[in-house]
Amino acid sequence: MSEQPRFPTESGVPDGFQYMHPAYIKNFGNWAYHDRPRPGVLHHVAKSGDEVWTVRVGTQRQLGPYEINLLCDIIDQYADGYVRFTIRSNMEVSVTDEAKVQPLIDAFEDAGYPVGGTGNSLTMISHTQGWLHCDIPGTDASGVVKALMDELHNEFRSEDMPNRVHMTTSCCQINCGGQGDIAINVQHTKPPKINHDLVANVCERPSVVARCPVAAIRPAIVNGKPSLEVDEKKCICCGACFPPCPPMQINDPEHSKLAIWVGGKHSNARSKPMFHKLVAAGIPNNPPRWPEVTEIVKNILSTYKADAKNWERIGDWIERIGWPRFFELTELPFTKFHIDNWTGARKSLNASTHIRF
Amino acid sequence: MAEQTPKNPEKHSTYLPREKKSSKPLHDTPMLDQLESGPWPSFVTGLKRLAYEGKHANMMVDLLGQLEHSYKTRLGYWKGGTVSVFGYGGGIIPRFTELMDDDGKPMFPESKEFHTVRVQPPAGNHYSTDMLRQLSNSWNKYGSGLIAFHGQTGNIMFIGTTTDNTQSFFDEINSYGWDLGGAGPCVRTGMSCVGAARCEQSCANEQKIHRLLVNNFLDDMHRPALPYKFKFKVSGCPNDCMNSIQRSDLAVIGTWRDDMKVDQEEVKKFVADKGRKYVIDSVINMCPTSALSLNDDDTLDVDNRNCVRCMHCINVMTRALSTGDDKGVTLLLGGKRTLKIGDTMGTVIVPFMKLDTEEDYEKLVELAEEIIDFWAENALEHERVGETIDRIGLVNFLEGIGLDVDPNMISAARQSSYVRMDTWDEEAGKWKARQAG
Ligand code: HEM
Ligand code: SF4
Ligand code: SF4
Ligand code: SF4
Ligand code: SF4
Repeated sequence: MSEQPRFPTESGVPDGFQYMHPAYIKNFGNWAYHDRPRPGVLHHVAKSGDEVWTVRVGTQRQLGPYEINLLCDIIDQYADGYVRFTIRSNMEVSVTDEAKVQPLIDAFEDAGYPVGGTGNSLTMISHTQGWLHCDIPGTDASGVVKALMDELHNEFRSEDMPNRVHMTTSCCQINCGGQGDIAINVQHTKPPKINHDLVANVCERPSVVARCPVAAIRPAIVNGKPSLEVDEKKCICCGACFPPCPPMQINDPEHSKLAIWVGGKHSNARSKPMFHKLVAAGIPNNPPRWPEVTEIVKNILSTYKADAKNWERIGDWIERIGWPRFFELTELPFTKFHIDNWTGARKSLNASTHIRF
Repeated sequence: MAEQTPKNPEKHSTYLPREKKSSKPLHDTPMLDQLESGPWPSFVTGLKRLAYEGKHANMMVDLLGQLEHSYKTRLGYWKGGTVSVFGYGGGIIPRFTELMDDDGKPMFPESKEFHTVRVQPPAGNHYSTDMLRQLSNSWNKYGSGLIAFHGQTGNIMFIGTTTDNTQSFFDEINSYGWDLGGAGPCVRTGMSCVGAARCEQSCANEQKIHRLLVNNFLDDMHRPALPYKFKFKVSGCPNDCMNSIQRSDLAVIGTWRDDMKVDQEEVKKFVADKGRKYVIDSVINMCPTSALSLNDDDTLDVDNRNCVRCMHCINVMTRALSTGDDKGVTLLLGGKRTLKIGDTMGTVIVPFMKLDTEEDYEKLVELAEEIIDFWAENALEHERVGETIDRIGLVNFLEGIGLDVDPNMISAARQSSYVRMDTWDEEAGKWKARQAG
């Protein structure tokens, strides 16, 4: 470390224009239309008549110097030296000459980087930190994504779905992954095991008590020391007490399971944005390849692909066919856990005779 | 594809150097090894490359050891702590290993400190290859070399360094234009879509909005003192590629209020190409408000008064249809993920505002300041703004920030009669005055 501490320059968000493709700058705010000549390629035409072709490439999100140099060498040699990232960790590399598109695609694919993720494809799964780097995860994130994308990479490289499929993962029930057409999230099934020796040392007890969504935590004296106790009948095993109080150990190799939720969507297209809904739980947290998750995901995807209409997202599709049909078609069990009981749950109950037979 | 033998194994996602330069032998990682096969680029192979020849290769040897241990035992082993850079209170996510041997020594000592540095990306996530290489070089010098593009909040996450190197790394990248993002109860890193830079659907200058909003609150970002986190996200149109309605506290979304533009010749071409059935089934019938009608001569009628700007028809018929000219933004407040009351979507607080002049932009910043001030004063500890609205009611919140009620804020009017309404005449008078004014 330097002797004299250096004061930071509070420069904030860097100006994107300094790293932007010149054709983007020239036509900023003046684009006319786009189309997709093939999966993985977007073609945008500006009002000026300028055209750009953008190749979208899947990455593993965590990149080291080898990968960065490998990809940058390709971008320098076959494109124009500029790249942007989508919200789902895909790279987008633009060229202004159509003749450069195929060599660019070939270069990425020859280097083991798949081109796709556009239009009605299954694009890269947005993922969280997991065991690699978070302090509260019940499972890994990058591993789940790698295992799934291996199985689903044909869906990434083609545009054969009724509409785009956005998948997310979350390795705790805070769910820092977003809403997804299919979301794979940790679901704890047992209350936290409290390490009473540590609570006294590390915990600010009132803030832990306040964190519980169902008021299941009380201050208590255990073995003569201040600690906490959990009303296990009330506890919903959400894990919200764990981040502020690490002795409230919620993660468990056996009882921290995975659950699958479907039909979430962020866009306003057709229907309003929707939350994803529970369809399957009790799935074992089974590294390194989580085969039980993959099987259910593939089942949901193939049912959606076969039954949904053009442009229906998974959530739109289920609204049309109804939940009974969803469970019938996917052959997933419907249980009492699918009936919500959280605040506002009555809005999710069927208060009509609208029933499909 | 990748299952075939690579054309050039030296330049391929599966490449591993023949020679291992690091001094510490690799731990056995039978479970992680299984994630090296398959067509998707493997993060495990990436970690191994760093463990072979990264500048801090021994750190990555032990990191792989700890990760394998997590895979074996199905538990995580990082704990937090406090690490920061001089002058800032947040932006570094400290990680210390919890895995100790019987003598209380770290089982994986080389990666016992493995902090993340959160850095704000440029608006729109644009990079030149030169800048990517420069950032990568700096991180390879002071950290593990591993960079995540990007975290779920939007940061570039530089993963894995020691407490000492945190400051040196920050000093270096800060000197060429990069600043830390937020962590803790503060204004967080924002995100904006590609928008006007390359998308004809954009109705806003996402770059400008993103930078203006976040850069106005840098003090609130770097010195966390708010009730909890506050995120801005900017999408140029209602497709909301940045997931701003649900994933940010204040969503700024481009829209338009005049008629959408219809090129009838292009409509006819589209119908000729796709057929009437496709157009009726996949465009007309999918309009959520039945605002579209296909005429007998294959031209299109749009009921613009009932179009809710959902984008569907424009997304499908990209040449024939486009957004209008009278552009602006809609603001929604209060989106968040599960903790603690359950997920919430943002609620419309400003149905439409123009962003043409500098004064318009200034008004947006002032409103954001009002919101953050009112929330900071009235929220409970650890309460997101969506939760504050839930607790005190939207009307009280609007009064607090000086906004008038508007029917665009609701999806249905009140259903419960349990409310005191003795100031009805006064409230009705305000509405009439606003309509007249
Ligand atoms: C075919 C024309 C379209 C193009 C070229 C396009 C482009 C994009 C781009 C570039 C992104 C990444 C944004 C970024 O990271 O900056 C994206 C994401 C997204 N797009 Fe679009 N988009 C199109 C149509 C649509 C349609 C039709 C919908 C809705 C049905 C939609 C909804 C979204 C959403 C919700 C995301 C966010 C991804 C996420 O959930 O993480 N877009 N799109
Ligand atoms: S989902 Fe939870 S465990 Fe996973 S990275 Fe986010 S906060 Fe950490
Ligand atoms: S796991 Fe959730 S419900 Fe159970 S005690 Fe902790 S915070 Fe409360
Ligand atoms: S939000 Fe709209 S303007 Fe922005 S990139 Fe997505 S489609 Fe384009
Ligand atoms: S944008 Fe949406 S609401 Fe408006 S006409 Fe098109 S489909 Fe209908």
